[in-house]
Amino acid sequence: MTDQPLLLSGAAFWKSFRRNRIALAGLIMLALALFAAVFAPVIAPYDPAASVEITIDSIYARPSAAHLLGTDDAGKDVLSNFIYGSRVSLTVGIFASFISIVIGGTLGIVAGYLGGRTERVIMRFTDIMLVIPDLPLTVVIVAITKPRLLNIILVIGLIGWTTTARLVRAQTLSIKERKFVLRARSIGAGHFHILRRHIFPLVLPLLVVNSVLIISLAILNESTLSFLGLSDPTVVSWGQMLNYAFERGAMSSRAWWVLVTPGFGIVWLVLGFTLLGHGLEQVLNPRTEWHHLTDHPLMVSLPAFPETHP
Amino acid sequence: MKSLRLIASRLVWAIFTILFVMTLNFVIFRVLPGDPARGGLRDPRLTREAIEAIRVRFGLEKPVINCVQSLNPWEPGPCAVNPFDTQFFIYLRNLAQGELGISYHTNRPVAEMMSQMIWNTILLIGLGQILAIILGMGLGILAAWKARTRLDFGALLFSLLAWSLPTFWLGIILLFWGSNQLGLPIGGRLTPGVDFPNTAAMLKDLGRHLVLPTLTYTIVFLGEYMLIMRSTLIDVLSEDFILTAKAKGLHTFQILKDHALRNAMLPMVTLIAINLGFTVAGAIQIESVFSWPGLGGAVFDAVGQRDYPMLQGAFLLLAVTVILANLAADLVYSWLDPRVRTD
Amino acid sequence: MTTPTTSAPLLAVRDLSIDFITPDRPPAHAVSRVSFTLQPGEAMGLVGESGCGKTTLSLALLRLLPPQGRIVNGSVQFNGRELLALAEPEMADIRWRHMAMIFQGAMNALNPVVTVGSQIGEAIHRHYPFMSPPEVAARVAELLDMVGILGARADQYPHQYSGGMRQRAMIAMALACSPEIVIADEPTTALDVMIQAQILDLLDNLRRHLGLAVIFVTHDLGVVAELCDKVLVMYGGVTAEYADVDTIYNSPRHPYTQELLKAFPDLSKPQAALNSIPGYPPRPDALPTGCRFHPRCPLVFDRCRTDQPALLSVSPVWSSQQSSGYAGTANSKRSGEVRPTHLASCHLVENDK
Ligand SMILES: Nc1ncnc2c1ncn2[C@@H]1O[C@H](COP(=O)(O)OP(=O)(O)OP(=O)(O)O)[C@@H](O)[C@H]1O
Ligand code: SF4
Ligand SMILES: [Mg+2]
Repeated sequence: MTDQPLLLSGAAFWKSFRRNRIALAGLIMLALALFAAVFAPVIAPYDPAASVEITIDSIYARPSAAHLLGTDDAGKDVLSNFIYGSRVSLTVGIFASFISIVIGGTLGIVAGYLGGRTERVIMRFTDIMLVIPDLPLTVVIVAITKPRLLNIILVIGLIGWTTTARLVRAQTLSIKERKFVLRARSIGAGHFHILRRHIFPLVLPLLVVNSVLIISLAILNESTLSFLGLSDPTVVSWGQMLNYAFERGAMSSRAWWVLVTPGFGIVWLVLGFTLLGHGLEQVLNPRTEWHHLTDHPLMVSLPAFPETHP
Repeated sequence: MKSLRLIASRLVWAIFTILFVMTLNFVIFRVLPGDPARGGLRDPRLTREAIEAIRVRFGLEKPVINCVQSLNPWEPGPCAVNPFDTQFFIYLRNLAQGELGISYHTNRPVAEMMSQMIWNTILLIGLGQILAIILGMGLGILAAWKARTRLDFGALLFSLLAWSLPTFWLGIILLFWGSNQLGLPIGGRLTPGVDFPNTAAMLKDLGRHLVLPTLTYTIVFLGEYMLIMRSTLIDVLSEDFILTAKAKGLHTFQILKDHALRNAMLPMVTLIAINLGFTVAGAIQIESVFSWPGLGGAVFDAVGQRDYPMLQGAFLLLAVTVILANLAADLVYSWLDPRVRTD
Repeated sequence: MTTPTTSAPLLAVRDLSIDFITPDRPPAHAVSRVSFTLQPGEAMGLVGESGCGKTTLSLALLRLLPPQGRIVNGSVQFNGRELLALAEPEMADIRWRHMAMIFQGAMNALNPVVTVGSQIGEAIHRHYPFMSPPEVAARVAELLDMVGILGARADQYPHQYSGGMRQRAMIAMALACSPEIVIADEPTTALDVMIQAQILDLLDNLRRHLGLAVIFVTHDLGVVAELCDKVLVMYGGVTAEYADVDTIYNSPRHPYTQELLKAFPDLSKPQAALNSIPGYPPRPDALPTGCRFHPRCPLVFDRCRTDQPALLSVSPVWSSQQSSGYAGTANSKRSGEVRPTHLASCHLVENDK
């Protein structure tokens, strides 16, 4: 799966990227989401921070011309909250995964490159962290500390590095045995030099693919935390919208718009990153994906024997 | 015997991991700013007896461990104390006796509450896991066999979509639909206040409560198992021995059954084990949405009620369950793989 | 040696061409217009450097090419039956029952999680479905015994076998359904020299006892000299030379064959590699113009660079019945002896005439 990502030149990369429908679809979805997040104040019809006069009619109001996606339990415009919510998901996803990738990448490269005792210790530790279920640990720590955005980012980032470390270590191990690295070592190049000039460039494609997938995991984790009630109360997030709706009677009010909308946002973002990651992997590390049981109706391509290829 | 040694080393490793988790659990709750052990004492909901129980349980006036009086704020302490008379060892001893403290919320022992919940969680997870594994593997086999066809592409897109669904949201949507359209119960394990005339009636009610949570579970995990099965099987089907089987004239079905799947099962077992962490995450979300009285739902409630003993206990039990399940998977693997078994 | 009383050979391959199709690339002509025949009980050596198309040709005979492979020309007749015209299920009935193959690298050709015995047994069961399990088990034990493995080891897994034993097990497997033809694709690579000799002896003995026809695919001219009746030398996907083994060794006519033999001055030490000819064989997707051997040929002259030499009969005595191209066994009525025509694809042969 991740044996030997090729280091493609920029042009060659772009050429095969453009042909990959999955990657392209993911990229377009993400571009739209990023646009919404950046220009939220311009696009959103209402300011989510502004207070609203609440009457009985303005709670869980159905979608209408004034509120395209209806209102929530506090009479606020769901569409505006929805647009602003993309900011939290993107912020947490990108920053938390950055932390995870830095930790996992460093540990993986160091373990794979140095080997010996260092490697054993690092990988044992990674194995332990891999076994401890992420979400409960995250929930416990965020619950004890205050659920502020920074805390959430730090905790998700500090916990989610294990798979990266394992992948990067495996990749480093295989690169280490390649000829040019062995040659560099034999002429006495320093560790840091070899790591920076020879190993890191070949680990990078793997890190890129992996970080995209880690982002989508981080976004899912953040929204789950928020849904469980561990969201930063000062900002609107999709998981928080769902938490409020679920806890405050949207179900019994049959206010489907409050329940469907935020989840749609999460799926959109996560699917965007997932598609992009999957496509990138196909581009950087193409697999032939045929095998010995692949149907082969054209093996005998002879006009004389048409019956062999029905 | 190589396999005996292997089992022994796995066992030792699992025990070590469990000890690590216990220590981590201790440190988290002592070092982080919330500091529930002492913060809890100020909780107005607590009765005097409960406060006393906490004092005794945590040995709060004692040093955390030799040389350390307190972790937050950091405060060095006397080193020449009996190590068994420190907070850490009192904590370990309590755990060894199966004592996990008193829930702030219900004032009942956490261990007692959890002993009922864990079975509910196992019922839910077990059912969902089995369905997801069977369906996911079936779909994965189909996709691998027909790799690069339209069917394969469709299955791939479905899996990526299923993977991207937040579990709790899918649960909410299915709950909304199921309770409004199909008249299924809106949560819980059994309809409250009903006296069931016989076991069959009770099981029927239980089944109706299980439909939606299990469906959620299955959909969320199906995609992942399908993807794993697909790529594993494509690897196996590219091996030389598959060509040998084909050269022998064997039929496709027999090659899949006798040669490909037997090999693909091995990595699957490992990957299912690695996935158990996600399984627990799924349980927390699904049990929260469907008010299922299991460990995951307890985490949700404990967060809402700031019930730290419950949270701590549930985390510990979930982590230990996953570690033991991993151990089981390791042992199943070494039993399935003749290269390990016969040596 | 069997005398040819029947006119049709056991296997007649004519003008077989195989391309590999990869997207965005020109087709790779891995095998071009190769012809040969095989009589019952005959041993043919298929010789050539790495990448010249030996495995591709062998797999095509069983119709087991990978999805990129296309048989684009020719015919393969087994006992007069055209294999290329069969529907896939009919072809599956032929495989192993009549034509079995020992694959390159026995290590990976055996399934690591299935016992050796059941891997042999399933082939028997496939082609003789009415045999009872005890009968199959007895046959498996008999086969293992034939290749010198204790019958009790049928219940063991491949990793419990040594390298040589795995290769023996592959041979037992190939013989499971008493096929008429066995293709042995480099049956001794990755084995040490002692074991190599044992395995080759075993194959040779079994062939003589069972009256098998065998195609030995190899780099190793020493093996060919000892075990084969005739030789097909391939270069870059085409037939370089095709003749009986004495002719190939005593009067080779193609410069490639001559170079190969020079690389083996001493046939008693056959383990040396075939790389003593300077340069590399051509890639099938970038074949040179003219003669495919011309970039490396010591006797190259102008015409070689532009014209592709035809496959021509060397000896006028044998070629009198056949005009060109068809490399059948000249089933000579005059001598009554089975001897292939001596064919070579080199302009120098033509110049001789
Ligand atoms: N699946 C494939 N797709 C494209 N080209 C292929 C494929 N398989 C083989 N080839 C090409 O066909 C040519 C012949 O390969 P083949 O394996 O038949 O050679 P060989 O004579 O058996 O070599 P060796 O002695 O190394 O086994 C090679 O140049 C190879 O690159
Ligand atoms: S045709 Fe020319 S290049 Fe080819 S083998 Fe003969 S002499 Fe050499
Ligand atoms: Mg070969």
